[in-house]
Amino acid sequence: MLSLRNVWVEYGEKVVLERVSLEIAQGSFVSIIGPSGAGKSSLLRVILGQEKPTRGSITLDGAAMPAECGPDRGVVFQRYSVFPHLSVLGNVLLGLEFAGSPFTARLFGAARRAAVAKAEAMLEQVGLTDSRHLYPAQMSGGMQQRLAIAQALIKRPRILLLDEPFGALDPGIRGDMHALITRLWREHGLTIIMVTHDIKEAFGLGTRVLTLDKRRHDPHAPQRYGAGVVYDLELTRKQAAADRPPERVEEASITIDTIGNN
Amino acid sequence: MRWVTAQPTRRGALLLGATPLLVLALGYVVAAAARHADNPADKILPLPGAMAAAMAGLLFEPDPLSGQYLFWADTVASLWRLGAGLGIATMSALLVGLALGALPPVRSTLGPLVTGIAVIPPIALLPILFIVFGLGETAKVALIVIGVAPFMIRDVAGHIGALPREQVVKALTLGANSWGVILRVALPQAMPRLLEALRLSLGPAWVFLISAEAIAADVGLGYRIFLVRRYLAMDVIIPYVAWIALLAVIMDLALTFASRRLFGWAHLGAR
Repeated sequence: MLSLRNVWVEYGEKVVLERVSLEIAQGSFVSIIGPSGAGKSSLLRVILGQEKPTRGSITLDGAAMPAECGPDRGVVFQRYSVFPHLSVLGNVLLGLEFAGSPFTARLFGAARRAAVAKAEAMLEQVGLTDSRHLYPAQMSGGMQQRLAIAQALIKRPRILLLDEPFGALDPGIRGDMHALITRLWREHGLTIIMVTHDIKEAFGLGTRVLTLDKRRHDPHAPQRYGAGVVYDLELTRKQAAADRPPERVEEASITIDTIGNN
Repeated sequence: MRWVTAQPTRRGALLLGATPLLVLALGYVVAAAARHADNPADKILPLPGAMAAAMAGLLFEPDPLSGQYLFWADTVASLWRLGAGLGIATMSALLVGLALGALPPVRSTLGPLVTGIAVIPPIALLPILFIVFGLGETAKVALIVIGVAPFMIRDVAGHIGALPREQVVKALTLGANSWGVILRVALPQAMPRLLEALRLSLGPAWVFLISAEAIAADVGLGYRIFLVRRYLAMDVIIPYVAWIALLAVIMDLALTFASRRLFGWAHLGAR
């Protein structure tokens, strides 16, 4: 579905990514790991459209993808993903309001009621129904990330990009979030690309794990060579599990064991 | 108990806050009484009774020449100038500040100009304003605007420019265009900062108002103070200054209250 051909990212003299070619299938959960400075976030930004690759092309379903952020790609960052001036419900509604009303970016009357119902259904899926009138400053980090996921999913993005989404959370909360994202990925048939530092998380969640690192290194000019994909592991057993019709019992529980899904 | 962690109770804080004011008032009365004991005709430190008598004339008796109640005419004139100046400055800070902060091309275009205007001492422009606008109200309002607007514009623009990049990217992935980002992301987050900038601009705005009135006016709080100075009329000057202080405190509190009331989300982190 998403394909990168010979993508390079350079900042002046510094080469961050070189010769990255990838084919990402619909419905896959791709984890990207690698040492700091290996261009994980750069790769994500390029796919997101926040940055333009220096060379190479990115196509989505065969059509060249514009180097601009748009509603076909959702994103959850490690921090600052939610808007502090909007309540939980307002944060989720925002995506519907932008689409429904280009000039005022607000909805009124029946359109608003429909949007609120949609947003509340989405909040229920991430377990924030009771918190819908809170502001982000009143919520824990885990709740904020749940909100950020709900906010992104309401736009039904083709690809959901996660930039170390659970990096700032406590281990216990992180386990709950893994279960949540796994469930949402299956139910919505999402395509997810996640950057993480946590190798266990990468293998636990992903159907495919990409490792970015430098293939070549020049000790006199460490900037000269960029990182590429050095390992590309398909976790086929989990992909098969994902293709299987989802089991209802398992999904009802928020504390499902992600290890058991391997 | 350590001084850095000591938290006075609400009543204790009120009492502590009132003490210096009471001490100051008491000290003044004692000093005034001492001077009057030496010289009953002393004008430099008038006794409270003399101040009340002088103010009663301005407050309750119409001026024989103009037929106006001078104190109230002064207050209305000054507040009108201040309100007009601060209103224009606030609106321009919102419009220009938002555009500067949210749109990098606008920042590149207008940023240097705003910075250039901001570093000019506004009082140095007063003669130009008087020449261009005459000695009427326009020049005084313009001085307040030129005095405080650049600071407010830069403050709002800086705040918006410093919003996390992630917020803009996130809004774009939610389907926003540039207008949508300004309207739903930048504007709401600029508002509490704008009120704060306005609050901090009250002091300078009063300075510019009094300066303008001192130089060319025929009514206004600053005009009156500088007029009666010729007669060493401390019995009018001191109550006028206290009145100005009271007005400024009320405005300050009202803005703080309004910000908490209207933009509660911006004050959640402070707790």
